[in-house]
Order: sequence, then C-alpha cells, then structure tokens
Amino acid sequence: MTEQTTTGGAGTAPVRGDVGQAEQVALDLTDPRLSQQQGLAGATRAAIVRIRNGDVGSLPVLVGLVIIVVIFQAANPTFLSSTNLVGLASQIASTGIIALGVVLVLLLGEIDLSVGSVSGAAAAILAVSNVTHGMPPGVAVVLAVGAGAVIGLIHGVLFTRFGVPSFVITLAGLLVWQGVQRQVLSLTGTINLPRGGWLLRLGEFRYFGYTGSTVIAVLLVAGYLVTQLRRRQARLRAELSAPPASLILVKAGAIAALAGLVIYALCQDLGVPYIFVILLTLVIAVDWVLRRTRYGRAIFAIGGNIEAARRAGLRVDLIRTSVFVLASTLAATGGVVEAMRAGAAGRDTGTGDVLINAIAAAVIGGASLFGGRSRRYAALLGILVIGAIPNGLNLVNLSDELRYIITGSVLLAAVIVDAITRRGREATGTG
Amino acid sequence: MTVTQPETAARTAVLALTGISKRFGAVQALDAVDFAAHAGEVVALVGDNGAGKSTLVKVIAGVGPADDGTIEFDGRPVHIGSPHEAQHMGIATVYQDLALCDNLDVVGNLFLGSEISRGGLLDEPTMERRSWALLRELSAKIPSVRVPVASLSGGQRQTVAISRSLLGDPKVVLLDEPTAALGVAQTAQVLNLIERLRERNLAVVMISHNMADVFAVADRVTVLRLGRNAGEFVVARTTNEELVAAITGAADNVVIQRQRRAEAGAHPHGADPRGADPYGADPRGADPYGGEQ
Repeated sequence: MTEQTTTGGAGTAPVRGDVGQAEQVALDLTDPRLSQQQGLAGATRAAIVRIRNGDVGSLPVLVGLVIIVVIFQAANPTFLSSTNLVGLASQIASTGIIALGVVLVLLLGEIDLSVGSVSGAAAAILAVSNVTHGMPPGVAVVLAVGAGAVIGLIHGVLFTRFGVPSFVITLAGLLVWQGVQRQVLSLTGTINLPRGGWLLRLGEFRYFGYTGSTVIAVLLVAGYLVTQLRRRQARLRAELSAPPASLILVKAGAIAALAGLVIYALCQDLGVPYIFVILLTLVIAVDWVLRRTRYGRAIFAIGGNIEAARRAGLRVDLIRTSVFVLASTLAATGGVVEAMRAGAAGRDTGTGDVLINAIAAAVIGGASLFGGRSRRYAALLGILVIGAIPNGLNLVNLSDELRYIITGSVLLAAVIVDAITRRGREATGTG
Repeated sequence: MTVTQPETAARTAVLALTGISKRFGAVQALDAVDFAAHAGEVVALVGDNGAGKSTLVKVIAGVGPADDGTIEFDGRPVHIGSPHEAQHMGIATVYQDLALCDNLDVVGNLFLGSEISRGGLLDEPTMERRSWALLRELSAKIPSVRVPVASLSGGQRQTVAISRSLLGDPKVVLLDEPTAALGVAQTAQVLNLIERLRERNLAVVMISHNMADVFAVADRVTVLRLGRNAGEFVVARTTNEELVAAITGAADNVVIQRQRRAEAGAHPHGADPRGADPYGADPRGADPYGGEQ
C-alpha cells in the first residue's frame, strides 16, 4: 500500500468541489490499486476474477441443483415433467417460508429449533377455529399467524431477559408448542378443511395460468429494471461508479428468461401454484428488508459484532426479540400454507423432518451458522435443493432410509463448501 | 513551576479535569488527577499497567463516572454520566478492540447506528459519497469502501474506527492504544491519521505504551503512576529517559541504565523541562496548566 500517488486520492484536502471537471474517474474508483473494469465485458471479466479468487457466491448451490436435476432426470424422465414440477412447487412452499424465518435467526447468530412445532400449532389453530368453532377463514388465518407472533415474543423475551441460549429456549419450545398443537386438536386427530372454503381452494386448487403468471413475471422484471436503473442514476449523481446499463438489461433479460422457463414448465400442467407465489413474494420482501433498510442492517450488525452494535446505539434487545417474533410468525405462516395445501391439519403437521429441512435449506442456501452472513435468497435456493431430493428419490422408488442419508449428506457437503469458500468470500467482499 | 508553553497556555482547554478521584472498593484507582486537552493538540496519556489510564479514559468517555472532581468541557462545568452524553457533548472514543462489524463493509461500519435513509430505505449513494469525502480528507488509504472490514489490514481497520468516531463532529477524540498490535507501516499510517486529526483542530487524547509513538505525534505527555499525576512533559523538550523515570517512579531501571551507558553521559539531566528533580520527589503540582494565569 505504498504506490498511492496520481489520481488525486492523496493528501489534497477539500475533496468535494461541486464541479467535476477534473474528476473523470468515479469517486470510488480513484485508488490506483483497484482494477478498472468498463462496460459489459469488464463486468464479465470482473465476475470471472471474483470466482477465481474464491468468491463463488451462490454458484455451488446452483451447480448442485443442476447436478441433482440431471441425475434424477436421467433416472426417471418424469422428474422434469410439468405435473411433477407443479407438485414440487407446492410442496416446497411451506417449508420454504419456514426456512425464511430460520435465515433471519441465523443472521443473528442464534437458532430456532421450534419452527416446526410452531408451524404445526398454527395449522391446528387454523383448522380448529375455522372448522370446530366456525370462524370465517380470514379470522382463522389471522389467529393462527398471530399466535405465531405471540410465541416468538415469548421466545424473544425469555432470550433477551434471562440470557438463556436460544438453543435451549427453542428446544423447550419444540416440545411445548407440539404439546399445544395436540391439545388444540384434542381427540380429533386430524381436521379436514371444508371443501368449498377458500382456504382449501387457495392452497390446493388455485394456480396462475399463462396470463396470470406472465403478468406477475412482467411486474417482477419491470420492478427489477426500475429499481436497478434508479439505483444507477443515484450512484452516478453521487459521482460514484455504477453498473453499465447494458449489464442491468442483460440481467433483467436473464430474469425474464428464467421466469419464462418456469411459466412454460408449470403451465403445461396446472400452472404456478398460488402458495408458490406467496413464497416468492415473502422471499423478495425479506431480502428487501435485509438489504435496504436500517432494520436489516441492524440485524447484520448484531450478528457480526453485538458489542459494536450496542456501542453504535442500536437497540439490540428490541431487534433480537423482533427477529424471534418474525421467525415464529413466518413459521406459523408456513404452517397455515401447509394446512391449505394438505387440506387438513393433523397431529403430524409440522413434525418429522420439517424442522431439519427448514434449517438445512437455510444453510444450503448460504446462511452462515455463525451469524452475520447470508447469501441473497438463501431460503429459496436451499429449499429448491432440499425439496428436489426427496421428490426425485420418490420417483426412483428409493426408500425413506436412503432419503434421509442422502439429504443429510447434501447438507454436510453444503456446510463444507461454505467453510472452504468462507475465507475467499471474506477477502473479496460479499457477505 | 512554569514550563508553560505559550501557544497552549494561551488557549483554554477544550477538556479540563481537575481533582478527579475514583475508588473501586479498597483500591484508589484515581487520586486527585488533573488532566487537560486543547484543540489542535495531541496529548499522550502514559503510565504503567494499573496506573489509572483506562479508568481516566472511562471517566472522560462516560463509561465509569468519577466519584469526585470536576470536568470542564469548552470552559463550562459538565457532568458526563453515560457514553451517550459524552458522545453528544462531542467526545468520541475509539476503544482498543475497535468494535467494528467484520461482516459489514466500510460504509456500513462508518454509518452504523446513524444510517442515512430516504423514504425508509437506506440511501447508499449518499453514505458512500460521504465516506469517500471523509476518508480522503484524512488521507486514508482504503482501496474500496465496499469490502467487508474483515478483509482490511489492522491499520486500515484502525483508520475505519477512527473515521467512524469523526462522523459525529466531535471536539475531543480519545484513542485507546491506537497502534497496539500494528506493524511498522501500519503504525505509520495511523500516526499520520492522528496528525490529520490535529490539523482538523481536534483535541486528541492518545493512550499509549509505545514511547516511540508518543515522541512521533504527541505534543504533550501526561504521566500517571499508581492513580496519581506523575508528571507533565512537553515532548519537544523531554527525553525517553525522563518519561520512563516518571512512569516507573524510579531512576534505577534497566532501560535507563542501558540508555545511560549508550549515551555515556552525553545527555545531562539539566534538560529536564520542568527544572524539577524527576527522581523520587512527588512531581505532582508540576502540571503546567495547574495555575492558569
């Protein structure tokens, strides 16, 4: 770090004249040590350099996903059939939503082991209030999701007030809320949602066809374009470097192509399930909050260095409590979605491998178990992998035993890849 | 007792502590300590382990208020009851452990807790632009503000921590061992930064164990020993030997013996700026700012 000279980065004090005649180079690219990359080709080169340096981003998950798809497709050509993909899209919705909450808790460097039980309890509350007590479905949904929020508040307050490790609190929660679930269902065992009610229709029988899903895709791409171009404008106005417009267009095109592919694949059969769209919406909303708001920044800061966050004046306990509330609320939402999809809530809703699948999805997608780091859309990418494996193994008639072994191995592989790439990632800068 | 350097004595201190005492149970951590910092001046606070440096810093930073004594800030008597009050008043503290979030980038760390947002969303371009302005003003050599601070060197991390403290527009900056655990080049980088702070007319208080650093940037040195003032030196007119003597409270220790051998008497003790006998006698009361004229 000695060769600092030319570009005006050195000692000349008042930095900011409003006229930028001399300042051809963007404010953030003046350091001579930085490699300069211009335009689309430059962006591509920069991306290649990043990957070479070990900052692989979500590449391992995507590669893993492709390998899984290729293997299953080779084993059984119905894997990529429209019917199977529609099924897969609805199957992953509830666990994906639960995993979203797990990502938030992992960002704090904490864990929530109760999310499966909370989703089960919420499903039970939904079914009992709607069917047994005859409440309107909307009220039942609010009750179920609200119960999740209250549960999260209990976890959060216990955690911040008494300093008990979140592991222990939520382990207790795992048992307690499962008990509550059974209590609520009492002797009934399983409650079926009414055939004609919109809960069931929304979950099981509602799909966006070509028109509906195309409208959604167009909105998605347009939203991406508008936000990225505005961000580019704002950066240029601040005399900072900005991605070339061509790059933004190419990325938007890629998103459009991907959306088109999904629509094509799903709409040959029933279409895009409503509940899958709910998952996508929540994934985008959570990402937005995490990357673009002070609240999200605070969550990252607490996961990174809680003492620093405290000294910076962040209300650490309030934020940590709120994250537990969010996690349980999302878990409850996942439970509601699962009840809608299955058309029923029973004693085993939210039990079994729901918890471990949600955590595995978050970790495989790139949320660090050590807090403060997560790739974007970790829950979505992770749940695609975690959902595809049992789905494919069913198609090739593999037993449950093998399914568990394979899912476990994939999780282990993901964590190892994360540990290996960790140093490269820290060095290059995507957290 | 007048060593009063005209250029500092003419101004009133930004921060002046008089008769500060602090007791922890049976231990008198600070005993009637006086301390002052002036704008555009770097004061080094030195002393052996347990001399009371950290306790004094905690008093100033509002972390551990004093039991007794008065604090004047900008000429007005004040009470500093909490870190928040200290910050609000214009006293910024950079602790030895820096308190940075390794997972956040430089901009994220600089603005942590005081992010600029517009319509509920973070205004990244404005924050990034201000970060560059600040870092350049300090001639800080950080190649990119969009890398997580985990990937920065020790000196760069220290730079980020110090820059962060400046965002609140403080008048006094407390630096706790800013060069501890840094290499030669990085130490130089941080010392340069301290020069910049002085140029900005800030009062800089630097705690240090490293005499070389003290001689490199400090204008004045306040020595604490066993919770009491043990001397006040103007750097331009003192020697390492004298400082060590004041810190240890003894003329007879290996550092001094060795130095004496090396210099072979080339440096007579008459150079003592205070004209006081640095050995043995209690040098308190030698505070050049004690009797403000």
